[in-house]
Amino acid sequence: MFYNTAGQFKTSYTKDQSLFPVKQDAILLGVVLLCAWIIFPMTASEFTFKTMLMPVLCYSLAALGLNVLTGFAGQLSLGTAAFMGVGAFACYKLITIFPEMNIIVAILLSGVFSSAVGVAFGLPSLRIKGFYLAIATLAAQFFLVWLFEKWHWLSNHNPSGAIEVPNIDMFGITVAGPNAAPVTQYYLILAIVTLITIVTINLTRGNQGRIWKATRDMDIAAELIGINLLKSKLTAFAVSSYIVGVAGALFVFLNLGAAEPNFFDIPLSFKILFIAIIGGLGSVMGNFMGAILIVALPVVIKFLPDAIGLEINPATVEHLNIMTVGALIIFFLIIEPHGLARLWQLIREKLIIWPFPH
Amino acid sequence: MSVTDLEPYTTEDGREIGGVVMEMKNITLRFGGVVAIKDISFDIRQGEIRAIIGPNGAGKSSMLNVISGFYTPSEGQVWYQGQPRPAMKPFEIARQGVARTFQNIALFEGMSTLDNIMTGRLTHMKSSMLSQGLWWGKAQQEEAKHREVVEKVIDFLEIQNIRKTPVGRLPYGLKKRVELARALAAEPQILLLDEPMAGMNVEEKEDMSRFILDVNDEFGTTIALIEHDMGVVMDLSDRVVVMDYGKKIGDGTPDEVRNNQDVIDAYLGVAN
Ligand SMILES: Nc1ncnc2c1ncn2[C@@H]1O[C@H](COP(=O)(O)OP(=O)(O)OP(=O)(O)O)[C@@H](O)[C@H]1O
Ligand SMILES: [Mg+2]
Repeated sequence: MFYNTAGQFKTSYTKDQSLFPVKQDAILLGVVLLCAWIIFPMTASEFTFKTMLMPVLCYSLAALGLNVLTGFAGQLSLGTAAFMGVGAFACYKLITIFPEMNIIVAILLSGVFSSAVGVAFGLPSLRIKGFYLAIATLAAQFFLVWLFEKWHWLSNHNPSGAIEVPNIDMFGITVAGPNAAPVTQYYLILAIVTLITIVTINLTRGNQGRIWKATRDMDIAAELIGINLLKSKLTAFAVSSYIVGVAGALFVFLNLGAAEPNFFDIPLSFKILFIAIIGGLGSVMGNFMGAILIVALPVVIKFLPDAIGLEINPATVEHLNIMTVGALIIFFLIIEPHGLARLWQLIREKLIIWPFPH
Repeated sequence: MSVTDLEPYTTEDGREIGGVVMEMKNITLRFGGVVAIKDISFDIRQGEIRAIIGPNGAGKSSMLNVISGFYTPSEGQVWYQGQPRPAMKPFEIARQGVARTFQNIALFEGMSTLDNIMTGRLTHMKSSMLSQGLWWGKAQQEEAKHREVVEKVIDFLEIQNIRKTPVGRLPYGLKKRVELARALAAEPQILLLDEPMAGMNVEEKEDMSRFILDVNDEFGTTIALIEHDMGVVMDLSDRVVVMDYGKKIGDGTPDEVRNNQDVIDAYLGVAN
């Protein structure tokens, strides 16, 4: 009933191809955007901004990038965190070498660097597939983090090798560094994430998306219908690493304020991969659901026992969190490989025919 | 009409057959010790339906794979539109107007029927990644324009009701039809069909035969097809190549082939 599609007829192919052929989807998205743009910023505390809202957006963006590569183009990568690192360090160098550069421009440009590095590491993908490609990206992961640690020029010779974000102004407002207001940073992150998400949706629903999916589903047939596999895979690496790099730069510059090289190590790569899997491979919106779940889970696990009067120590919280995430991964890999996005779709299909299922 | 007669002619049912559009010249294909194709030559003429038949393992699919560039012949060469075809990747050959279907269905399982067929258009789509990312304007217009072509194919093959269905959920016969639709959407010069009717019931075979004839008749598409059902082959094709153990043992009109002693032996040999 809520999802009654009766009476919504498509009178042109353009309309049928529009983003929301079903009106209720558009309304739902409107509500989500309203929350993200108006309701949350008005109600959130500084702490919520810093530890929940902004990380959710940054993780979502990184998972979106990974999803372009793995979910859409079918190329598994375990090096996501390292590419986030390339974005973050590139941004750091950009703003120190060109102090006059607008921070948003610097962040968007830093993706170009991670994109180039991603393409370089994606080159073997024409020859090696699946598990072996994953190992190759793992090599990229180790190598790049090693590079972040050893190449002191990257951190401007900071003994710890860490990036420390200075105060950066934009149009007279401090947007990065210790003095920046979280709400300002939130809006900047939200704007960039929204923009990149829209572009990605457009890319994945049109011809390029079909090229990637064809490459993923059956590469031999893809090539025989005219797809240049190398180009298809490399564009996936390029776009994916661009988005991942921007996510890394955003995360460090507008949310965390500082990051050591080992922040970009394997655990972060897996975290992003888990978000993409739980959210749903081959989905755009799933990344947001996955990120919300991964960020909210430890908070829920921490506060729920509290609320019902149970004493629970922090180590146990951490263990419970890891166990729950593990269980979720297994659940989704086995029962629902298309993740939360697919679960939502099933519910939606049920709602469309509800209350008359026949 | 005889095989060597290369003058354009009109068939009994009024279709125009032109000159040679593709020619296999002394093709040999080896896989290690296995010789899948032995020194085979034959040609395909503009607008005709050319069948390739032969017992299992004769090398028919291998021949189609050579034509579509998936295998490079060990010896010999494919001539296309009067030119020897240089070494090319399969995707480049597809872009020259060669489309095909597969013996074992090769659809993109994670996509809908519509999207699968839309992939057939990609050799015609030009808009850059940037304009696709921005969508509104050029990319959107292009998408709508090609959707129109695809919708014609969908109408033609009578699969309107499964347009939005994920192909993974379709029954076998319909999958074959969607695969044909994807190939047709490319508006190919030459259409290669590897056992388009395998595993179908009589009714489905009749539908498929009708589609193949209509494609050839309405769009003048040149078709090369592999088929085991002799009745179908004899009804559909203008000329037939017969292969056995990688060799060509017959080539001619259905009637000529039917009366060829080598062909009869090969098929009786299989039956025994
Ligand atoms: N990639 C390959 N590697 C090794 N041998 C191959 C390969 N492809 C085909 N062959 C061999 O080549 C021969 C011809 O195979 P092909 O598939 O072309 O036969 P076919 O005529 O299409 O048979 P069917 O009617 O069963 O489809 C067979 O002996 C097969 O085992
Ligand atoms: Mg075969």
